[in-house]
Amino acid sequence: MLLSIRGLTKSFPGTRALDGVSFDLRAGEIHALLGENGAGKSTLIKCLTGVYERDAGEILLDGRPVAPQSTHDAQTLGIGTVYQEVNLLPNLSVAENLTFGRQPSRAGLVQTRKMRAQAEEMLSGYGLDHVNVAQSLGAYSVAVQQIVAIARAVALSGKVLILDEPTASLDSAETEMLFSVVRDLRERGLGIIFVSHFLDQVFSLTDRLTVLRNGQHIVTAETAEVSRLDLIHHMLGHELEEAEHRRHATKTAQQSVLTFDGTGRRGKIAPFDLTVSRGEVIGMAGLLGSGRTETADMLFGRTPPDSGKAHDDDGPVSLRNPREAIAAGFGYAPEDRKTDGIIGELSVRENIALALQARRGWWRPLPRAEQRELAERYIERLDIRTSGAEKPVGELSGGNQQKVVLARWLAMNPRFLILDEPTRGIDVGAHAEILRLIGEVVESGMSILLISSELDELVAASDRIIVVRDREHVAELVGEDIETDAIVRAIAASDAPAAAPAAEVAR
Amino acid sequence: MNTRALPLYATIAIFLVAYLICWIQFPAMLSTRVIGNLLTDNAYLGIVAVGMTVVIISGGIDLSVGSVIAFSGVFISVVLRDTSLHPLVVFPLLLAVTTLFGAAMGGLIHGLGMPPFIVTLAGMFLARGAAYMLTIDSVPIDHEFYDTLRRLYWLMPGKGRLTLLGIVMLLSVVVGMILAHRTRFGTSVFALGGGAHTARLMGVAVGRTTVLIYAFSGFMAGLAGIVFSIYTASGYPLATVGVELNAIAAVVIGGTLLTGGSGWVVGTLIGVLTMGLIQTYIVFDGSLSSWWTKIAIGALLLMFILLQKGLLALGRQQFAGTAQT
Repeated sequence: MLLSIRGLTKSFPGTRALDGVSFDLRAGEIHALLGENGAGKSTLIKCLTGVYERDAGEILLDGRPVAPQSTHDAQTLGIGTVYQEVNLLPNLSVAENLTFGRQPSRAGLVQTRKMRAQAEEMLSGYGLDHVNVAQSLGAYSVAVQQIVAIARAVALSGKVLILDEPTASLDSAETEMLFSVVRDLRERGLGIIFVSHFLDQVFSLTDRLTVLRNGQHIVTAETAEVSRLDLIHHMLGHELEEAEHRRHATKTAQQSVLTFDGTGRRGKIAPFDLTVSRGEVIGMAGLLGSGRTETADMLFGRTPPDSGKAHDDDGPVSLRNPREAIAAGFGYAPEDRKTDGIIGELSVRENIALALQARRGWWRPLPRAEQRELAERYIERLDIRTSGAEKPVGELSGGNQQKVVLARWLAMNPRFLILDEPTRGIDVGAHAEILRLIGEVVESGMSILLISSELDELVAASDRIIVVRDREHVAELVGEDIETDAIVRAIAASDAPAAAPAAEVAR
Repeated sequence: MNTRALPLYATIAIFLVAYLICWIQFPAMLSTRVIGNLLTDNAYLGIVAVGMTVVIISGGIDLSVGSVIAFSGVFISVVLRDTSLHPLVVFPLLLAVTTLFGAAMGGLIHGLGMPPFIVTLAGMFLARGAAYMLTIDSVPIDHEFYDTLRRLYWLMPGKGRLTLLGIVMLLSVVVGMILAHRTRFGTSVFALGGGAHTARLMGVAVGRTTVLIYAFSGFMAGLAGIVFSIYTASGYPLATVGVELNAIAAVVIGGTLLTGGSGWVVGTLIGVLTMGLIQTYIVFDGSLSSWWTKIAIGALLLMFILLQKGLLALGRQQFAGTAQT
């Protein structure tokens, strides 16, 4: 075994990112590492490459225990990584990027000619004969840059190569080019860890796969022996124990508040029709990168749609930017709470008052007393655990931060609230409370679009579920059809087995 | 062709065209005398701009250099006046002080994670204040060794004088070119300018490199201070106010990207000469106010910033083009 990981554990305040995970990598294999966001993939990789220090467990490389302290350390040990965003310098030449840190030099002067010869040698066998190593790296396409990064990582490390979402910004031809390079490296006996959320690529490229979920090892298997359906089951899993199911089949017949006709954006999400009824929870299921978040971003005007129309009873609704969306009574709690949702340094009160204040305009400040009253009301109503309204939000736990984001939008009393992964990374208790809150607010007539990777959560909370695959809305489940198996089948059904169709659309 | 080299070609072209215009109007301007004076008069600016080029390529800025030049002049003149030390002893002493001063700023920038702008702004006030602490008057330098230095020159064909100061400046440029373009340190400087985070991932010792960059700039400012003291034969705490901005202007006109990651030391020399040429033209003309220099430099700067923006956009478009195929 080239690389063995045993009982790897890593905790962060409030969450256990990795919980006794084991992982094996053989020499000469391509091993897929799979899991939704927050499953622990990136934590595992960061422990391997010395970015994080593990809490417990051991890493054996060639049978010897190793403990990389830095990326550089990991490189020297033989573990190289190539990330989605190329971590090379576009302003330096290809040769300089390849030989960086070990440029041949005499008397302190870099021997340019020798450096270029070395670089050309490093690139030979990667099919990049047309590349001029003296040219700056930025002049070449991302695919070429990606391969240069791989060449550098292989030359520096030479045992284990980690590819973290390497194809996310490549088109299908470029992806194929990259894959043939990766297959060659497998023949040369490298162990390759391949992280990707494109399942087609996993099936076409990898020998084995390992699935992580919520920081735990779920399964390791030969790729050829796993069906798509099983794989998705493993990735999404069953999180909630038998929760009571909301079934409001009758509600779908109620009056609609919003209608989207053929709304879509090229390269993000194919046009779709959507009708939102009063007091309805629409669930949205799909794998990471399938177009869930893209749909949310588009409906809220963050990346405005380039086709289709939206209208309500009073006429058309314009969604060219978030301001207009808010004015139209929309609310959006984005997926990445820490960067897009809260402002960590500001207090609970300020965070809650933010959207309301923005709507009033900055020249008409909300009176302090009113803000306080507002904050107190929501702290009580949502049971936000904080020592006071003046505490910086960044110091609260994940679940309570999420409640603050919810409070901000509830204070606006929107008619249509989009929640992208509202329960990710929060503990079980807060999880249930947020679901209860969703049930509560729709009673008052608000409509909700709930995006989640947890199928049980969707099944429990939604009146209707839209399934997204490869940046397209592919199915809609209503009433009795709403169950996890049906969702998994809809996600797995692949009518386009060609390599990386999603990447093609992404272009 | 590498589009990144375009600003350098543009710099050279502009200098040649400007010289051509000057020559057509005043044929006397094409003489080694004018060129010799151009080099001598701008020697201190050229030297300090070489240091500034390295700083700017790394994505930083050094606002302290003008004050450091003034401090250097005052330091030298006061020490020579009050002690019997030989200038050849005072010079290394001064260079040690300014290099350490630069290194300290580099250390603060890295250690505290502070923007270079703020740290070197503080350095600018500190150095200027230190100059005032030494004296508030203009102190003449009256030392026979200084007279010797000032008289050193090589008579070029056509009776132009390539003075010691000019030679020191040209040597500085050569050293700067080798340092920036031919050493691992230079590659690290470009790497930092391309992105500190990526540079760290690629194994650049960010802290060490940052300290060295500002130490180099401090050293060059000290050297420029020595040259300026020879040029003016005095030290005055109010001298060279705003020279850091002239140096930045020369660097940008020389084709270096103000945001870092791309640039040429030789371009900076041409930038300095272009600025000097404008001044010379105004002297030749005689009727123009010397403030026209500032206006011309402002216009040139604006043009270069637009040129670089345009090239960046062009590069991106080209890139999108290759991505499409």
